[in-house]
Amino acid sequence: MELTASLSLVRSEIILSFSALALLLLAAWMDQAGRLISILAVAALGAAAAFTASSLGSGASASAFDGLMVNDAFGNFSKLLIYIAAAVSLTIAPRFLEKAGAMRAEYPVLIVLSCIGMGIMVSATDLISLYIGLELQSLSAYVLASFVRSDGRSAEAGLKYFVLGGLASGMLLFGASLVYGFAGSTSFAAIGLAMDKEVGLGLIFGIVFILSGLAFKISAAPFHMWTPDVYEGAPTPVTAFFASAPKVAAIALLMRIVLEAFGSQVLVWQQIIIAVALMSIIIGAVGAIGQQNLKRLMAYSSINNVGFILIGLATGTEQGIAAMLVYLTIYVAMTLGGFVCLMQLKDKDGTYREEFADIAGLSKTRPALAAAFAIFMFSLAGIPPLFGFWGKLVVFNAAVAAGLLPLAVIGIAASVIGAFYYLKVVKVMYFDDAADVIAESDDKVLVWTGGILAAANSPLGYFAIPVLGVWTAVAAKALF
Amino acid sequence: MIGIEHYLVVSSILFVMGVLGIFLNRKNVIIILMAIELILLAVNINLVAFSVFLGDLTGQIFAMFVLTVAAGEAAIGLAILVIYFRGRGTIAVDDVNRMKG
Repeated sequence: MELTASLSLVRSEIILSFSALALLLLAAWMDQAGRLISILAVAALGAAAAFTASSLGSGASASAFDGLMVNDAFGNFSKLLIYIAAAVSLTIAPRFLEKAGAMRAEYPVLIVLSCIGMGIMVSATDLISLYIGLELQSLSAYVLASFVRSDGRSAEAGLKYFVLGGLASGMLLFGASLVYGFAGSTSFAAIGLAMDKEVGLGLIFGIVFILSGLAFKISAAPFHMWTPDVYEGAPTPVTAFFASAPKVAAIALLMRIVLEAFGSQVLVWQQIIIAVALMSIIIGAVGAIGQQNLKRLMAYSSINNVGFILIGLATGTEQGIAAMLVYLTIYVAMTLGGFVCLMQLKDKDGTYREEFADIAGLSKTRPALAAAFAIFMFSLAGIPPLFGFWGKLVVFNAAVAAGLLPLAVIGIAASVIGAFYYLKVVKVMYFDDAADVIAESDDKVLVWTGGILAAANSPLGYFAIPVLGVWTAVAAKALF
Repeated sequence: MIGIEHYLVVSSILFVMGVLGIFLNRKNVIIILMAIELILLAVNINLVAFSVFLGDLTGQIFAMFVLTVAAGEAAIGLAILVIYFRGRGTIAVDDVNRMKG
């Protein structure tokens, strides 16, 4: 009885596990069916998303497997975001990978496996399940980064990601072992109880190690150095995936562990989060300025955005968490859109281009693509009336409400610096002499996905605010 | 009498050696894989020692999970290394620099 109840609570993970195994079996029989298996994987993700979406509005929360995992509004909201982002990065991939000669059936299977890991991450309430979820996600991601075997850059990206990711997991685990030893339990609830009384040096060490390990995974400064290299080297659809779904999962995991396990001692972790947020915002803004490669630019942009998201966590309030979730949702739409535009930058021979020089004067030769790209850049810079502005507004609003005025002021100042390079992209596209290297896009899927995401980031996105507001408020309540 | 502090000191030394092994080593990527393994073993010593001193089995179960995942991680690391070697013909750390930033 206990087991069946638990199994029904993790049904979206079960659906994905069975589909991943079935698709792997199918791939063994039909080795050239990469596209078919991609479609089936998107269908599986859709089914899992439908199951999580059905329980989205309710505030019910149920614990599974003796407190190893929980099924609540927070986890369901994050999972929905993860599944959608993963489905988009599956949909946009086939053409790109076929061109690189790497549209193999393992790609969708690895994405689905990674989604199972992310689902476990966001619903874990125990250090053991946290670790298993995190590793399932990371191990799939290492393979995905080096997926185009013939490309030296892809293999190098995979190697770098593996080494630094392994180090991050090691630090996280070392912290977990210290927290286990000094709190006497691996369950978040029990750690929270133990921390109510007093926090010794051992526990503080443990918390610092756990936070550094997670900062690696969300590519927050000062643990961001792997991000530009991995984003540049990995195949573009994989980069789009890295910048969206795993980031949502790792940030959600960070929120849950910080609030559920360490929630009673806000002062212990608040300074760390504030420092990490400020460093990420500033390094993300300054580091991007000299970049010539657009994928590296997007990497710094993601570091910068993670900083803004962490401001919400630094408040430690329900309003701050809800604001973070709103920002995360908008961030996923913006960043996926940016990468969809990048993937349409193909020259006449069909080679993918990713340098600043290639998009010079793009507005004259490809006006629609340039307009979509400009929308994503303005939205990432947080310029009203685009939807990205709303995310920044709610986050800063929460920071001011929590009395973190200096943090909000520095954040806003740095976002002005950050606007420089977003605007540079727009300037190069609209005001420079046309380089005319980018050919007409022949991939309807990319055009449509880009169009839909651009519409979501345009002022039309504001229509989603009432629904988004209710869902994020319910999700944030689940953590308190 | 050997107390918990002794175990913690040993595991901390191993952990620091692992981290230094990743950052100071300039010769060979295989050594980095060994350093990651060393970090995970340091964690295992911690977990098992705490488990014994707390009289709680969870730590030992956690250690079994860590061992299992470490095996998978090593397999994937070596596989990526093989792909890398095929393309570049070297696994020296100083040569992993096609992208800079």
